[in-house]
Amino acid sequence: MAAIDDTRIKPSSEVLLKSGPSRPPRNMGQVLRFLLLFAGGILMVMPIAFMISTSLKWPHEVYNLNFIPEEPTLENYTYVLEDGRFYWWFLNSIIIAVITTVCSVFFDSLVGYTLCKFRFPGRYLVFIAILSTLMIPTEMLVIPWYLMSQQFGWLDTYWGIMFPGLMTAFGTFLMKQFFETVPDDFIEAARIDGLNELQIWWTVAMPLVRPALAALAIFVFLGNWTAFIWPLIVTNSVEMYTLPVGLSSFGDEADVAWELIMTGAAISTIPTLIVFLIFQRFIIRGVVMAGLKG
Amino acid sequence: MANLVIRDLVKTYDKTEVLHSINLEVEDGEFVVFVGPSGCGKSTTLRLVAGLEEVTSGSIEIAGRVVNNLEPKDRDIAMVFQNYAIYPHMTVRKNIGFGLRSSKAPKPEKERRIESVAELLGMTEYLDRKPSQLSGGQRQRVAIGRAMVRDPAVFLFDEPLSNLDAQLRTQMRLEIKKLHQRVGSTIVFVTHDQVEAMTMADRIVIMKDGHIQQVGTPSEVYHQPANTFVAQFIGAPSMNMLPGRVTDGGRIDLSTGGSLGFGRDLPEGREVILGIRPEDLHPGQGSAVIEGAVNVREPLGHETLIYVGTSSGDVIAKADGRTPPAVGEIVRLGAATETMHVFDAQTGEALA
Ligand SMILES: Nc1ncnc2c1ncn2[C@@H]1O[C@H](COP(=O)(O)OP(=O)(O)O)[C@@H](O)[C@H]1O
Ligand SMILES: [Mg+2]
Repeated sequence: MAAIDDTRIKPSSEVLLKSGPSRPPRNMGQVLRFLLLFAGGILMVMPIAFMISTSLKWPHEVYNLNFIPEEPTLENYTYVLEDGRFYWWFLNSIIIAVITTVCSVFFDSLVGYTLCKFRFPGRYLVFIAILSTLMIPTEMLVIPWYLMSQQFGWLDTYWGIMFPGLMTAFGTFLMKQFFETVPDDFIEAARIDGLNELQIWWTVAMPLVRPALAALAIFVFLGNWTAFIWPLIVTNSVEMYTLPVGLSSFGDEADVAWELIMTGAAISTIPTLIVFLIFQRFIIRGVVMAGLKG
Repeated sequence: MANLVIRDLVKTYDKTEVLHSINLEVEDGEFVVFVGPSGCGKSTTLRLVAGLEEVTSGSIEIAGRVVNNLEPKDRDIAMVFQNYAIYPHMTVRKNIGFGLRSSKAPKPEKERRIESVAELLGMTEYLDRKPSQLSGGQRQRVAIGRAMVRDPAVFLFDEPLSNLDAQLRTQMRLEIKKLHQRVGSTIVFVTHDQVEAMTMADRIVIMKDGHIQQVGTPSEVYHQPANTFVAQFIGAPSMNMLPGRVTDGGRIDLSTGGSLGFGRDLPEGREVILGIRPEDLHPGQGSAVIEGAVNVREPLGHETLIYVGTSSGDVIAKADGRTPPAVGEIVRLGAATETMHVFDAQTGEALA
């Protein structure tokens, strides 16, 4: 009896201790941790703050590294938004980022699923081959891509800008890892119920890895939205520029118009924010686990 | 009419043979339980029947057709998995209806079948819920429902209860058995739990290392175990095994000392193992077999298990719950000869 009473008191007293409304930090370790996080946060916010600050400055003030513009102005925004080219670039970027995102989420998960759930000769080799491409930097691939695009007449086309990103090694790897969390029982049960393998992938496996798909979509969209080197090289005409390429062309040979670049950049973060807000609510953990165990 | 016939079934994974020539006939409407320790090949057998694995050699017939080369969906089977395998992103109705996706029946007919299965399982009010809003037992009912809507020739269950807690397991055990009595379908059920096997099966198939050890009714495998493995696997606590040798006139000299007249014809000089279930062995009753001191007592209420020390380890016996012998007390344990089993010491096969 006494033993039972003891165990009853212990947890409840601990709960009381823990559930104070706002606890002060316990020790130096915690203080240090908060400081580090704070420093990290500042580091993250700095460039964004600087971007916005610069976009509100007059050109002569750009190289003064003050945060608060002396004479804040929306002139840059008016200029950028009245420049017709900006809309072209924006549209190009949207088209390219959306198509590459859809394609690579589709193909990465298809290939990732196949590598994860099917046993076939050479499976491991294929996986390694895909992974090894992760070790080759884009800068090295740009020249072969360019030569290839030239041969096929892809220069200065949407297809030319998009083709390298329609499937990604990283996404394939990510999706393969996530499909490992889908129990084989789910797949076999569907097979018994008469679904073909594509239907199983689409109706059973894909909904179970929705959080991973959302994460991948965010990564790929951001990657393509901000891609610079390849679009710069493959495009020639100003109408084919993507937003980052277009923005960098503001100003002339002698002078880079930072205030305009920063203004364009500030505007161009809006779609990435929207994408993030749309997809982040799909990133909910534990969807897979709900179908398992009691 | 046999509904499922398995002939000389062999399964090999990368040169390792895991099933060695399995033979079995399951009658229409029969409830057959495969039982055996983990890794003995129960799931493999079931998966071969389902068509989830390819047969290495031998044949499987379902409802009179050889199905070796048919896709799982064409075999007229349904399977319930240990993890339920119900989809978290679909409602109960969709999950149950999933089994009908490939059926050509018109939509109202499908709806009607889903409703009637849900009613049979007492899940009608949960049809529009998601699995995350159900308890473990309810989820397993959904999984069973999904199998039932297809009205297959054979139901396959692979350890469907092992994720449930003990109380729910007992309850679901009863429910599945009732369901079987009501629907009268053929069921092949896999478990590693001998209690589940004993309580649910019409016939039990006991497996070990890819071999069938014995096939029989629960009563047969309990009262006439074919070998020492079956004898020890079925029944809890396990059957006591006492080494001995047959002397003249069918007597057995036990290595723990003592000898007993057995009254059955046994080859003289043979090394044997005498098997006695704890529930048949009592202090001061029948023909005395063993004498020893009580080491441990386990009171179970109406009776008490006593562990009696002998030269070949503890022997378990059952004593009266009210007046069990004290720890340290010397007791003489005896059993009725008709409850004893004799096995060959080398092969482990039952002799009498
Ligand atoms: N895919 C596989 N590849 C290789 N060996 C396997 C595979 N599946 C099962 N086995 C082996 O087959 C034997 C039987 O397994 P299984 O049928 O799952 O046992 P049980 O269901 O009785 O616990 C085990 O030794 C297991 O290691
Ligand atoms: Mg198993």
